[in-house]
Amino acid sequence: MPDSAERRIRVLIAKPGLDGHDRGAKVMARALRDAGFEVIYTGLFQTPEMIASAALQEDVDVIGLSILSGAHLDIFPRIMAELKTRGIDDVLVVAGGTIPDEDRQAIHDLGVAAVFGPGTRLQTAIDFIRDHAPMRAEEL
Amino acid sequence: MDLVDRALAGEARALARLATHVEDHDTTGRTAIERLYSLTGNAHVVGVTGSPGVGKSTLANKLVAEFRRDQRRVAVIAIDPSSPLSGGATLGDRIRMLDQYADDQVFVRSVAARGHHGGLSATTGDLIHLFDATGYDPILVETVGVGQGEVEISKLAHTSLVLQSPGTGDDIQAIKAGILEIADIFVVTKSDFPGAQQLQHVLTTMLEQGRETRPVDTAWSPPVVLVDASRGEGVERLVERITAHREHLLRGDGWAERNRRRAWTEIQAALHRAVEEASSEEPSHVAKQALRAVMDRAITPRAAATQVLRDADFG
Repeated sequence: MPDSAERRIRVLIAKPGLDGHDRGAKVMARALRDAGFEVIYTGLFQTPEMIASAALQEDVDVIGLSILSGAHLDIFPRIMAELKTRGIDDVLVVAGGTIPDEDRQAIHDLGVAAVFGPGTRLQTAIDFIRDHAPMRAEEL
Repeated sequence: MDLVDRALAGEARALARLATHVEDHDTTGRTAIERLYSLTGNAHVVGVTGSPGVGKSTLANKLVAEFRRDQRRVAVIAIDPSSPLSGGATLGDRIRMLDQYADDQVFVRSVAARGHHGGLSATTGDLIHLFDATGYDPILVETVGVGQGEVEISKLAHTSLVLQSPGTGDDIQAIKAGILEIADIFVVTKSDFPGAQQLQHVLTTMLEQGRETRPVDTAWSPPVVLVDASRGEGVERLVERITAHREHLLRGDGWAERNRRRAWTEIQAALHRAVEEASSEEPSHVAKQALRAVMDRAITPRAAATQVLRDADFG
């Protein structure tokens, strides 16, 4: 078998915090599946620790955070800190949901590469993820 | 310290990255298994199988908690199907396995079947070796939600749990060939649902009728355990039965026999893969030479195949 013949981009879709609406996250998970990604969906009410722990064990290439609660400026820094604590430094983090324009720079500065707000075409998000998922070198 | 050393030293991130290489069956993954294989053979491999929605992940979550009481490091390999159309997958087992997220002695890995049939992925055997070598015991393998015929798990696991929930068929279903034959332990899930005790009765009757003719380990009578996994009821008893089965295997030659069966299954898989590759891909250098020799009527096609296979890559 040639090297990496089966390599598939693995994406974690998570809903951080107190936010009970996961339709958008599920639609995105489905769309990414249809685009050929392997999507790990962990459901609602995820703490930063849970998200980082799942990202670590699942060794994902991409983390998609879906948030509608308005708590992004509070919870995203904690998620990024938990990732850093675990040495997860080569993962693409993107966000979706309701994040006001004036917060986007702050979110971007945290290391979140893109924010997909309401009205974003699914294909836009898919293309972004495919183009920006980190390249991995062979190790060992 | 490379990835293998770091995984052996207990670094979860290295273990996770190795699991990815093993799943991709790339050079790193194959080299890692080469290095780790001599360290394997300690873990109790427990299969959890049954139809979609029967409660495999919910039960696995509770089993992990129960095993953790004995301070054992537990790994879960949770397999879901890949899309035959896009190759993508939605891996949704983890959503029900979050109780132990803060416990660094529990490792849950979601795995896509990637086109492999039989309820597992092609690399499940190697993933078991990876967790075995790094000190996880038991290793729970949750299959794809299966129907009636997917029994591959029984060739890799020491103990196979077959889950059934009430309301899914009559007693004729219970004497059909296939998945019901591989159960070392039957689990009737959703025991709070109507019909659960009736199902337990049907399965128990089926087992008693088959006592004399069962083609497998007749010294062990598969118990039928009722559980309500969402509330944790019956799980302690189930773990007792799992442990009892392990002890039963270790007392006789069952443990060695199942290890032998697993090893032979893996050898067969490698052989199949090598033959497939040797015969389907662009002819290799050796194959081209053999082909030329056949064209010259110097050797037979059969002799050429022998030469090609001798040179095959066994991945």
